Amino acid sequence: MLRFIVRRLLLTIPVLLGVATLVFSLIHLVPGDPVQAMLGDSATPQDVADVRARLGLDRPLPVQYGAFLSNVSRGNLGTSLRTNQLVASAIAERMPATFELAFAAMAVATAIALPLGIVAAVRAGTLTDYGATTLALVGISIPNFWLGPLMAIVFSISLGWLPVSGRGSAAHLILPAITLGAPLAAVLARMTRASVIEELRELYVLAARARGVSRFRAIVRHAFRNSLIPIVTVLGLQFGAVLTGAVITETIFAWPGVGRLLIQSINFRDYPMVQGCILLIAVTYVAMNLLTDLVYGLLDPRIRFE
Amino acid sequence: MMLKTGVTIVAVAALAAIAGPMLTPFDPASQQLALRLAGPTALHPFGLDELGRDILARVLAGARISFLVGLTVVTVSASVGTLLGAVAGYFGGVVDDAISRVIDVLLAFPGLLLAIALVAVLGPSLGNVLFALTIIGWVGYARLVRGQVLRAREFEYVQAARAQGASVARILWHHVVPTAIPAVVVQATLGMAGAIIGEAALSFLGLGVQPPTPSWGTMLNGGRAHLLDAPHLTIFPGLAIAILVLGFNFLGDGLRDATDPKRARATLR
Repeated sequence: MLRFIVRRLLLTIPVLLGVATLVFSLIHLVPGDPVQAMLGDSATPQDVADVRARLGLDRPLPVQYGAFLSNVSRGNLGTSLRTNQLVASAIAERMPATFELAFAAMAVATAIALPLGIVAAVRAGTLTDYGATTLALVGISIPNFWLGPLMAIVFSISLGWLPVSGRGSAAHLILPAITLGAPLAAVLARMTRASVIEELRELYVLAARARGVSRFRAIVRHAFRNSLIPIVTVLGLQFGAVLTGAVITETIFAWPGVGRLLIQSINFRDYPMVQGCILLIAVTYVAMNLLTDLVYGLLDPRIRFE
Repeated sequence: MMLKTGVTIVAVAALAAIAGPMLTPFDPASQQLALRLAGPTALHPFGLDELGRDILARVLAGARISFLVGLTVVTVSASVGTLLGAVAGYFGGVVDDAISRVIDVLLAFPGLLLAIALVAVLGPSLGNVLFALTIIGWVGYARLVRGQVLRAREFEYVQAARAQGASVARILWHHVVPTAIPAVVVQATLGMAGAIIGEAALSFLGLGVQPPTPSWGTMLNGGRAHLLDAPHLTIFPGLAIAILVLGFNFLGDGLRDATDPKRARATLR
């Protein structure tokens, strides 16, 4: 197991280096002069020169790259051009809100998907299965930037049951969590269905039934338990989709997380903050994938030897 | 069933996109300011937007943008991804390592995040949306084709072709790549759905197609300010996205089931 962990950790290093390199190069992809683009046409040449020096863009490219990697490895993501706040501090302030939303969305998704997937699998080929499968496909097809406003129209504006934006109470969390969790629920329900169907084919389920184990128990205690490994893996791997979805969901519901900070920073051309947010979301995603792989390796020994 | 439903939805949407100008007498850009935010009527079944433009005409015009984005992104992504995946899988070694590392790095960015980042620095425009979605799109095809080619290159008929002195290009084009085509077609169909949602998401965030061009995402973005007084601005463009994406998802799932005999059903008695 230790060899598996070390090998997996070593494989992550070039990926992280690649991610950092891509994020570094973003500012150099800005058409024309990135500093002029940030400050606008009204900026004086002195202002432009000052900001260029502050961002280190007046130095040779290899020096900039080295400094960027060195700073990032020490957690220094630079300073916001808009607020003068440290990028790392601004992100750290917003991160709890994003995680709160992401985990609430995953809880919503799990609560919807597992029963739906199990029922569809157990009744595979029946109308119930077609209904559940179609519902899941509809869930995947409804974009969260439509579902969110739609739910706001119904539950906040028409019925007045829930707040339409902001963060504070549990009520504030409900609409964003459902908006973000619905597509994940659909993906997870499909995975649960496929996984449980796979397990239901196994002989040990038939053997359990032959021993007199009830149908319900054979499904829940035997087939479903064994199908949990791929389900948990998909849940872990979908965390990235949740983080990206959070960018949109936070924008819709004015949820004060990293996603909203990213979009605000893009609108203000605050490139250091944009780079910081992108880097942090990508690194969180890589870390989550790594963790999922490690847990998978722990649960299923065959993975360690592949 | 899924396949038929998917084909029907996509065909109807494609016809509506092509025949759009004939289906409504209104120009998607013409404004009737006196009627701004007016709700659905017999004359304007989807109502009018914040500038008094007919929403049905704009939804139909938006369908053309969605198909344009989907077809362009999928065609370029599938071509580039298939080529690079085939080269990586067939040659292996350093070539495979180099391509696979690029794939690993691009896959380290979740979903649309890289597209958001690219459009954020390049600037919001349809061209940049196409570029950004293609950059994140080819990776899936490359990984898929690489896996298929790794298997196919060991087939006896491929080795026979090699022994007969066939060129690498001929082996790849005639013997190896065709084995991956069914999987690529399924991926491309689902990729259409992904590209349409991707464009709409970027436009919704204000990073994609810019007004006054009628994109469904841009229309939804415009509707955000009028959730209270004119919800039809949000309902109809969103419904159009959901139906078209559902059509492509039905089609992709149906094709996958049709091409994969292992996806049989099992029941517990």
